[in-house]
This record gives sequence, C-alpha cells and structure tokens, in this order.
Amino acid sequence: MGVRTWIEGWPVYRQLTGTDPLGRGAAAQSERSRALTARTETADSVARSVCPYCAVGCGQRIFVKDGEVVQIEGDPDSPISQGRLCPKGSASKSLITSDRRQRKVLYRRPYATDWEELDLDTAMSMIADRVLAARDETWEDADEDGRPLNRTLGISSLGGATLDNEENYLIKKLFTAMGAIQIENQARI
Amino acid sequence: MAGPNSLYGPLDPAPDAGYLDPPPRMGFFTDTSVCIGCKACEVACKEWNLVPDDGFNLLGTSYDNTGGLTANSWRHVAFIEQPVAGRGGGTDTPGAFAGLPVGPPASGLAAVTAARTGQDTGTDPGVPPAVDALAAAGTITPPGALAPPGTPASTGTPASPGALTPPGALASPGTLGPLGSAAPAGAPASSGGGGAAATGPQFLGMPMADLPGRTIDAPRSDFRWLMMSNVCKHCTHAGCLDVCPTGALFRTEFGTVVVQEDICNGCGYCIPACPYGVIDQRKDDGRAWKCTLCYDRIGDGLTPACAKACPTESIQYGELEELRGRAAHRLEKLQEQGVTEARLYGHDPEDGVGGDGAFFLLLDEPEVYGLPPDPIVTTRDLKAMWKRAGVAALTMAAAVVVSFAGRRP
Amino acid sequence: MAEAHPVGFQYVVEAKNRGAKVIHIDPRFTRTSALAHTYVPVRAGADIAFLGGVINYILSNEKDFREYVLAYTNASMLVSEEFQDTEELGGLFSGYDPETGAYDQSSWQYAGQQDEGQEEEESHVDRETASGLEQESHGPPVPADVPRDPTLRDPRCVYQVLKRHYARYTPEVVERLCGVPRDKFLEVCEAWTANSGRERTTALVYSVGWTQHSVGVQYIRAGAIIQLLLGNMGRPGGGVMALRGHASIQGSTDIPTLFNLLPGYLPMPHHRQHETFRQWVDAIRHPEQQGFWANAESYAVSLLKAYFGDAATADNDFGYGWLPRLTGDHGTYQQVLDMIDGKIKGYFLLGQNPAVGSAHGRAQRLGMANLDWLVVRDLFMIESATFWKDGPEVATGEIVPEQCRTEVFFLPAASHAEKEGTFTQTQRMLQWREKAVEPPGDCRSELWFFYHLGRLLRERLADSAAPRDAGLLNLTWDYPLHGERGDEPSGEDVLKEINGYDLATGRPLSSFTEMRPDGSTSGGCWIYTGVYKDGVNQAARRKPRTEQSWVAGEWGWAWPADRRTLYNRASADPEGRPWSERKKYVWWDPEAGEWTGYDVPDFERTKPPSYRPPEGATGVEAISGDDPFIMQGDGKGWLYAPSGLIDGPMPTHYEPAESMVRNPLYEQQANPTRKVYDRSDNLTNPSPPERHSEVFPYVFSTSRLTEHHTAGGMSRQLAYLSELQPEMFAEVSPELAAERGLEHLGWAHMVTARAAIEARVLVTDRLIPLRIEDRIVHQIWMPYHWGGEGLVTGDSANDLIGITLDPNVLIQESKVGTCDIQPGRRPTGPALLAYVTGYRERAGLVPGHHTPPLLTPDQPEES
Repeated sequence: MGVRTWIEGWPVYRQLTGTDPLGRGAAAQSERSRALTARTETADSVARSVCPYCAVGCGQRIFVKDGEVVQIEGDPDSPISQGRLCPKGSASKSLITSDRRQRKVLYRRPYATDWEELDLDTAMSMIADRVLAARDETWEDADEDGRPLNRTLGISSLGGATLDNEENYLIKKLFTAMGAIQIENQARI
Repeated sequence: MAGPNSLYGPLDPAPDAGYLDPPPRMGFFTDTSVCIGCKACEVACKEWNLVPDDGFNLLGTSYDNTGGLTANSWRHVAFIEQPVAGRGGGTDTPGAFAGLPVGPPASGLAAVTAARTGQDTGTDPGVPPAVDALAAAGTITPPGALAPPGTPASTGTPASPGALTPPGALASPGTLGPLGSAAPAGAPASSGGGGAAATGPQFLGMPMADLPGRTIDAPRSDFRWLMMSNVCKHCTHAGCLDVCPTGALFRTEFGTVVVQEDICNGCGYCIPACPYGVIDQRKDDGRAWKCTLCYDRIGDGLTPACAKACPTESIQYGELEELRGRAAHRLEKLQEQGVTEARLYGHDPEDGVGGDGAFFLLLDEPEVYGLPPDPIVTTRDLKAMWKRAGVAALTMAAAVVVSFAGRRP
Repeated sequence: MAEAHPVGFQYVVEAKNRGAKVIHIDPRFTRTSALAHTYVPVRAGADIAFLGGVINYILSNEKDFREYVLAYTNASMLVSEEFQDTEELGGLFSGYDPETGAYDQSSWQYAGQQDEGQEEEESHVDRETASGLEQESHGPPVPADVPRDPTLRDPRCVYQVLKRHYARYTPEVVERLCGVPRDKFLEVCEAWTANSGRERTTALVYSVGWTQHSVGVQYIRAGAIIQLLLGNMGRPGGGVMALRGHASIQGSTDIPTLFNLLPGYLPMPHHRQHETFRQWVDAIRHPEQQGFWANAESYAVSLLKAYFGDAATADNDFGYGWLPRLTGDHGTYQQVLDMIDGKIKGYFLLGQNPAVGSAHGRAQRLGMANLDWLVVRDLFMIESATFWKDGPEVATGEIVPEQCRTEVFFLPAASHAEKEGTFTQTQRMLQWREKAVEPPGDCRSELWFFYHLGRLLRERLADSAAPRDAGLLNLTWDYPLHGERGDEPSGEDVLKEINGYDLATGRPLSSFTEMRPDGSTSGGCWIYTGVYKDGVNQAARRKPRTEQSWVAGEWGWAWPADRRTLYNRASADPEGRPWSERKKYVWWDPEAGEWTGYDVPDFERTKPPSYRPPEGATGVEAISGDDPFIMQGDGKGWLYAPSGLIDGPMPTHYEPAESMVRNPLYEQQANPTRKVYDRSDNLTNPSPPERHSEVFPYVFSTSRLTEHHTAGGMSRQLAYLSELQPEMFAEVSPELAAERGLEHLGWAHMVTARAAIEARVLVTDRLIPLRIEDRIVHQIWMPYHWGGEGLVTGDSANDLIGITLDPNVLIQESKVGTCDIQPGRRPTGPALLAYVTGYRERAGLVPGHHTPPLLTPDQPEES
C-alpha cells in the first residue's frame, strides 16, 4: 500500500476532503464495515428443513459453510410459517452447535458412581447382547390356554415425538418382529 | 453533506453524512398492538449477531428476564402487567375480571419487589432496569386515562427515567434509591383487605405521583398485558455518534447508526449520550455494543434477523418513509376499532432527536414501557462547540501532514 | 396458542386484523389472552361443564345449523329404548358394572341394533388396549340402516337425547361449576353461534392440555359436538384444530411407536380377540361395514408384506403368526410400575426424558433404578440418564449409586439437521427435511441405530431355527447404505417402503385404493400411501406459497390422499353446491361430473351427490352421495357416539380425579371408567365425598412457556433460551399470596401425595380466584420445564402428578390436580420424605386405604 492510498484511507483525511465533513458517515466507515456481508450469502449450501420443536411445522433454511451450520432461519416460501420462527426455532442453531451437546458414547457400569467412555461399536454390540438375553429370559410362547403370545415383556421403549416417521417405522418394525410390544411414545403422554 | 439541521431538526441523515445518492433510509416499525411477547426477536438477534447471553437471572418483572437493552441484549421485550380500572381495550365488553371474587391488584407491588431486587442484567457497567417504568406499569390507569391521546398521563411523571438522569448516576447500577423516597404516603397494599404486603416484602410505597388511594384499593376488574420489543432507535440525531471520538460509531448509507467493533476503543463516551439509555459497554471487552439493524444483512438486501423471525409482524422492517405511512394507517385503523389509547412514538421528524429510525406504536404512555416521553439529542447544543472542535481537528490534521512529510522514503 | 405455538398464532392475529373476534378460555391469563378480545378464566378440569353449557345454549335456542345437522350428523337417528342417561342414573350411563368399572354398551346403540354394542368384557379390553386411538383415522363400527326421525321430535332421536342430557348445563350451573360469570359465558355462546352457519364459520382451537385429563377424549368430543351442531366441520375457517406440541407427534401415532397400534391405526393383535389372522382382519374391517375401512384386509396384508416380504404368503397368513400379542395394558405407565416391581429388564429412551417429562417423576426414576440396563439416546445429557448419579432420590437416600445396578448406555443422537426424513405436523402434513451436515462424533440417527441393532440381532440369530426367531429372520432388512461413512440407511428408501409398491412391477402405489388383499402389493402405512406417488417424494414439495393458491396444496403432502381439510365434502350442501359463495371450498361440478374445488375432495371424485347405495351395499359403495364423513361407519358426524368410547356416548361433567369440589351435577364424582393404578406408590389426593380433601386445598395446573420446550431437554441446555426463563416458578394470585403468606420472588413449595417441590413465586394479576359453588377456589400455575440437568435447573412439576388415565387412550391426567402451597423452600434429604408422609397421614392416605373408588358411594364413610 502506498502512503498516498494509506492516507486517503484515513478517516480524518476523508473527512476533510470528502462529502462528510463531520466525520460521522462515509468518512468514518472502516474497511471491515465496508466489506461486511451476510454469512448466509457466502454459505456453501442450504438445506431445506423443518423446525424440530412444536408441531406447527415451520420451514427452516439451514446454511452450511465448511461442513458447519452457520445459520438457521425461517423459510419464506413456507405457507405454514411464511419465514417466521419463534424463540425456540430461532435458537435451533444453538441446539445443533452447542458445546454442551454430547458427542461421545458414555457408559455407566452397574454400581458405578461415574461415567466412562465407550467405543460406539462396542456399545452397539453390548446392547445387542443384552437385548437378546432379556428377550430369552422373558420370552412367552403362549398364554395359559395355549393361544400364541410370541412376545417378551422384558424390554420397554419410550420414544420422543421428534423422531422421523421413517425412524418410527423401523423402530416399530424391528421391535414387533423381535416380539417386544412395550413400545411407547410421547404421543401417549 | 452537512447542513443547518446536521445536529438538530428534521433531516435525512445519510446524505448529511456524506453519502452521495444513498439508498432509502431503512428502519423498524414495531407495532406493539400485535406483539405476543415471544422474544423470538431477542433470540434471532443473538443467533445472528453472536451476542453473548445476558446471565440467568429471574427478575420477577412479569415475563421479562432480560431487564433492558444492554451490550448483550440488542432487542428487549418489555412486559407490563397492568390493572385497568373499569373498562379496557376500548371494547364494549366487560373487563377481563369483572364479576370475579378479586381483591386489589398485585402488579404494582410485584413490579416494585422485582425492581428492588436490583438484579444484575448481565452487563456492568450497564443500564439499571427502568425502575420507574416498572412502577408506572403497576399503577392503575383510571378509565379517563384511556381517552384519546393527548390527555395528560395519569400514570405519573417518572421520578428519574434513566435517560434523563445525569450520566454519573448510571455508573451505579443497583442503586435504586429513589424508589422508597419517591413514594407517596398512604398507599400500602395491606390496606387492600389482606393484601400480599401483609406478609410480603416490606412495602415502602409506590413510586408514582398518583392520588393516594385511587390506585390501590379498588378490586381489579380489568387487566392488560402489554408487550413491546424495544431496540436502538437509530436516531436521526444520534447523540452516541456525535460524541464518539474514534469514529467507531458511524452513520451508514441506510441512515442507521452502527458501532464498528474494529474501531471502538471502549472509551464509553457514547453511553451517557444516548437519550434512551440504549448503548452499553460489554463487561469483558469494554467495547460498546448495540443493535446494528443487521448492517451486514441489509447490505445484502436481507431483512434484519429480529424482523425476519417475528411471528406476528410486530417488528416490521422497511424504508422508513413507507413504514411511517404504514404506521399512520395502522393507527387510524386501531382508533376506528376503538383502541383510542394507541399512539405512535418516535415517528415525528420534528421531535428532539429528529425522529427515530426505529419507531413504535404503543398502547399507553411511553413511560409505561420504560421509554422517555420527550427524548432530546444530548448534543443539541453542540453546534456552538463544534466550531472549536473543528479548529482543533484542523490543527491535528496539519500536524499529521507535517509528521508524514518527514517520513517520506 | 401464542404461548406454545407463536408462529401458528400469526393467523389469529391476521384474522383479528381482518375483523375476527378472538376468545380465549384458560385457567390463567396468558400471552394468548393478551391479544384476545375476550378472556374467560375457567376452573381447570371443568371444561365439559362449560362446553356442555354451550351445547345447551345451542339446543335450547335452536341455534344449530339445522340443514347441516339434519343432513350430515346422526341427529335424527333413534337411540335404543334401553338407553338410560346420566340424568336418570346419578351420573352413570346404563350398563355400568361396578366390579370391572366398565360399561356393557349394548343399550347405547341405535334402535334395533342393541346386539351390536360392545359387551362389558370387550369394553374392558378396549380400555386396557387404549383402542380409542384406532379411531384417529376412522369411526368405530356401526350399521347404516338405522330408524330416523327427520323432524327431530321423537324423544329417542339423538337430537332430543342430547338436548335432555345437557338441559341442566345452564349458564347458572356453568357459573357455579366453572367460575365463569353468566354474562361472560353468554357472550361466548352468542359470539360462537352468531359467527357460525351458512355464511360464517368459527374455528375451535385447543392444545393438548385438553387431552391430559381423566375425561380428555370427552373434552374433545364436546368441542366436536358444538362444531357439528353449528356446521363448522369440513369447512374453511371451521373445524377443531389440535395444536400438538412436538414436531412429529402426529406422525408418532400415524406410524406409531405405541404398544397398541401398528402403522395406519391397525390394532396390535390381542391374544384373545385376534387369535387368528381372520379374526384380526374382520375385527378391523367389520364385513358388513360401510366406508373405507371395509378394505382393511388390503391395508393389513400390505403391511405384513412390507414387514416380511417374500416370506409373507397367503399360506402362512402373510406372517401374521410372527406378530406378538397383547394381553392387556402395556402402556408406558404400566411399564413404569412393572419396572418398580422388577419385571422389566431393559429400557430404550429415544429422545424422551420420563424422569422429568412424564407424570410421577419419582416413580419414573425409581423404575429406571431397578432395570438391568437402560439405553438413552439424546442430544444432551438428560435427567433420565443421570437419575443414578444426582437425581432427587439420591438426595433423599432412596437411590444409592453404589447399590443401583442399572447399567446405562448414553448414545448421542443426530439432530434434525443431521439426518433426512419426514415430520408430520399438526395438520397431518408430512414435510421432508434435507440433511444439512453430518452428525458429529458418535452422534447417530435413530435410523442408523435401529438398522444396525437389527443387523446385529439378525447376525447373532442367523443360525437359529427357533420359531421365536422366525419373524426377525424373515424381516425385510436389506436397506442400502449411504452417507459419508457409508453406513446410513436412506430415509427415502424407508419412505418408499411406507408408501408401498405394486410388487409385480415395483411401481410405487399412488393411493391406498390400489392396495390388494392377495399379497400383490406391499405398503408400510396405508394412510401414507401416495406420499411417493409417481416415484416422487411428495413430502419434499416446496412450491413457494406466493406461487400457489391459499390452500397451498403443492407444499408437502397431507394424509389421507393429500387432503388438506378433512371431510371437506361437508363444505358443500347435500346437493353439492357450496353453502355460500363466501365459504366455498369443494363442490360438485355437474357438467364435468366430478367433485372439484380448492382442495383435493375428501370424497370419491365422480360419485354424484344424488348417489344412493343399493340395498345391502357394504364398504365404499354404501356411502351415499351426501354422506361427508366417509371414514365413519354411517357417513355421519356423530353428536352421539353409540360405540367407540369407553366412558359414555355423550361427554358428561365429572370432576377431575383430584378435586376439592363435590361434583355439583351428579352423585358420581369422577369419571367412573378412568384407569386407576391403586398402589401405595401412586396415591391420589382425596376428593369429596372422601374426607380430608382440605389437606390439599388448591387446584394446580401445568403447561408450557414460549421460551422452553417440554421438560427442557432441548431448551434448558441453550443459553439463549435459558436466559429468557431462568428459573422454575409458580404463579399465584395476590389473593392466594395473602392467604398463604407468599412473597413475590420469594420461595414456595407445593405438596401432593406424591411429592413436594419448590419454586420461586410470581404473584401476578394474571391468576384470578374463582367462586365455585359457595367457596373461593384458588388456582396455581407452574411450567413443567425444569429438572436437574442443564444451564438452568429446578424442581420438576411432573413430580407432583400421580398416574390416573383417560380410559379411551390411557393418557394421564396431568393438567389438573390438587395441592397445598406453603411459603419457603421444601425440606431436603430424608426430611423431604418425612414431610410428604406427614401430608399423606393427615389426608388419611395410610396403608390399607384405597383411593379413590371408581364408583362414588352414596354416603361417605363415617369414621
């Protein structure tokens, strides 16, 4: 940068020579301010999504830059929400990016007083073993009159109503096929 | 270009600030008659502008736990629980609580209790909660007060709205001294037939100038819950900007007032200069922060985050001229519907700040919402002083030129 | 609505700006009340009395939309002469058996149909299995050829039966019972009726607080009766609008993870009622039934084909034998009590937090402390994962970490932005979400978790020949994997399976009418068939609202068959003409010979209004051209429900299970069929005529704040929401504050027979004492968002609540109860248990006490 340009970039120079003698506007604008642009404009991609809180079903646009969510705002195209969001919907970027979110599997041994970390594959394997054991231990083939029961009452499940339909479908399908019937949901509550 | 009204009086601020052929002046019109107090504006603002949280403090001021506009809260939703004697809302229906076995209202007492707790609003130094507004909110508005605008407020003249307090007083948050002393005698809640004060916090009186006995003893018959999303007014004559010695505060081409975080050195001059008590310093970095009207968004033709989120279009963003027209139309319609207490605030270019870039439709006196009734730009008389400042600036410029002259390689 | 569904409330604001009158009825003045024209305070738990009063007003002033009522409802049908009303039997309908606490419903039937009614045993089973939920998509069975009196004068016709039933629900009774001043009540009646009819419609909006009562289903029935009488159903601007509280709670019953349902509201097989495939299918379709349920066999077979693929054949009843069977109540509350009793080994929690989110938190936590293992899948560390470490029972000494054997797996879940799939919002609309980013770390979707769990189970059992493993091994589970890690099933593949295929060609079905009972089609949820019509993900449609009509039919996809307003045939008169130009929506176009309009007609497209079914017709053929309610057995909107409800054909005011008020209308105090778990760890506060109700002298209710979500798992972890409502509080009126010495912002604690919890006090004019009978009733309100984990913590309001359920759907009564409130903080540690025990003793809830009897005794026990 030449000195001349450097000086010309100086607010006080601009103030004295430009259209803003009081130095409260154009002359005072910093380079950073001049270069400001909305991060939604520079996002790599935008996913069209739906708010995960209540059942109104507001449309969301999720802006992604370098693999990170950088902004979530209302989808103006949505005939339901017309681009608006409530405080919870407006906070949903924090829901995803919060550093309080758990990102590691944790395991509490019987009678332990604290958590320990566990590998995801190991956890899956341990859970599969426990499901089969509980099922075997509590299996009922038939009632006292010989009518089929074909089930276990040893396993329960309670799902939230923020799960996708596709997820609920697989949950019900798998549990039903393994004979687990105590499958419940927030919808009962 | 600078002109005769550069410091006071009606003005289009962007050309005055040196923008040649600027875009139309942009602003907010906040229509409190449709505000549902959801606070989406507060959250959307913080998510977009990466503003820190303001601390987790139950303030007890109805559902307001933000407390006021601070460096860490650029939108603030005020909640006013307001008993109204007689009829409310300009409708023909009986009051909300008519015919119910109710005693005197609690709102005033609750507001005072909340204010007395002196809860930290998360920033220090900062602006203490608008105590008098809370107190004013607690008063009963007699039926007469709901008469057409212009009727003198019976809600009492605030003893010390933050904006009119000398700057020094603002440096001592939590000092809510005037509360007790400003109280008229003879208005203890306990006189209302076993009011909460009997066992509640010691009641020192209501900080208002209403007639004793007129506001407290009557059983509550009607009730309003007013909500308003407050924000920086982006004044035509912005005291904060006028006093900023570093050029951190500047007028944008949209006529808005923005603090440039890369320039601000935290001197704090702007803070007492704001007639609304809006601009504030952040405790950790000392710099001044406030609403930018999402300068980065509007530059790209986007709507500011708060207005974009607002579910009921209480916050409207647009060209100021158009918003003023829209507001006038809305006011007329509300008046027709019998909402005679509706009024505009900050819309008038003839007012003490040359009109606000962010103005409001209110349903009661401004004080009730914690707004100064007649704000005046703190630099109104600066013009005379400015000449001397100009000389100083020229001297400095000359010095600069001289100093660089010696540096030429 | 403004409180919990702010973005939905924009339409109320818009309607108000266009001149609509907004009335808000709620126990407390909320942000919704703030914008309403009229706010009506009401006692929690008294809604049927209020709504019954409105029904009485309509009928005694003949304000009903008579043409609509005659043509589209069952008003003219004659009820059996054996039917006896609550007015004759002290609050019971005919057929009540005090032994089982259930009704023999034969006498509730239409004249000449008594044999069709539910017998007591069936009724009992229906309660245990929450069969009311099956009617989400269709009415219960009823024959069509019922004697009628179109003059509505016959004393046995539904119109007259209804009129007699509600005759005592006068404005005076409403005032005494609900605390609503007469004038205010009449203002509501006049506004509602004046704004309904040919030219105008009124919408009734409720939130799910209505469902959380021991008479919850009847609350909604009462609302539906009013809307039918006033001609507001199936018409634009009308309807009964349920504002549900979770992103896909509608989807969670459509494609249920509920014990008693299979996808599309098909019942889970019951070991006695549905022993064979044929019994199961006939129980759904009722062979002589009219309406779309007659094709239920196609839906059922298509589901089994989707589950078991080629292994499902006509010879093996399409694998029906592999399905597990119900024997009774296996609902979430029964499960929790079974956990306490040590009957359950393992528990999965999938984005659900019962430790603070379900009624009776202490029972929930003690149950979880008595498992072999627990899997918690959530975004944040929630109370249900940490009960063993720092839950309230650790403080009281009831759970000692070193002695608690429950093995806990916390598996972090993927957020809504990190997976693709559909949510079904509150108006039955499916909206597809695109995946924005990959889930971080170990976070995974439920799709991933269950796919891989199933894979692991199947691998472990691959060599098994045991009959019990056949279902699992025959399951279609070969989902192609995608994603950055290459291990994620595709949501779209699952959605296609749900939609269904023609198995011969692989063509996605476009409508459930294409499903066949011969095994040639498959489909995982018949009511969702069409969501993948033409091989296109219809739920992903995003045509901007500005580029289409106000119905916005090209945004997302709504079941059934993409209809946005249900039963919209009722928006036209019996001849198929719009009731009015102003309210036209769907109508018959005689030139084109088809139904047309702004929405997809909820009717067979080419069936003319003049169509009358031939003698003996069944199924869809039996629906007349002027029967809009096509999923109902008789095509009519039901003012009177001859079957399908456990607790009576007409909504009746019963006091909540806990009330300090003696039922002013009937000798019967509370719903005599409510589901009760009479156990020493689930005590109920006494209500009159039982003694000691004065120990718990206040009504309390709980609900949400705008700033938080449910028990806080998705909001108390976020700074921007936590700062807006940072502490647990209780709202009281100034009058109650004075009575109990409560200070604004001071502490108070609330006590029930289950627990004592503390909260900061907000003394506010928004709570109002009511005059009920001759006494003042104070109501306390609390949010239920708090618990021990998160940025902001506090006691959980759900700890106060006991387990008493609505008999139709087994949902708990958590919107009303009784309690005491005292200033100051609650005791801590073991002293807390002693404190609550003291209350129990004073309330007479001592060992051997059974509370409360279903049938209210004539004379309270003297002792």
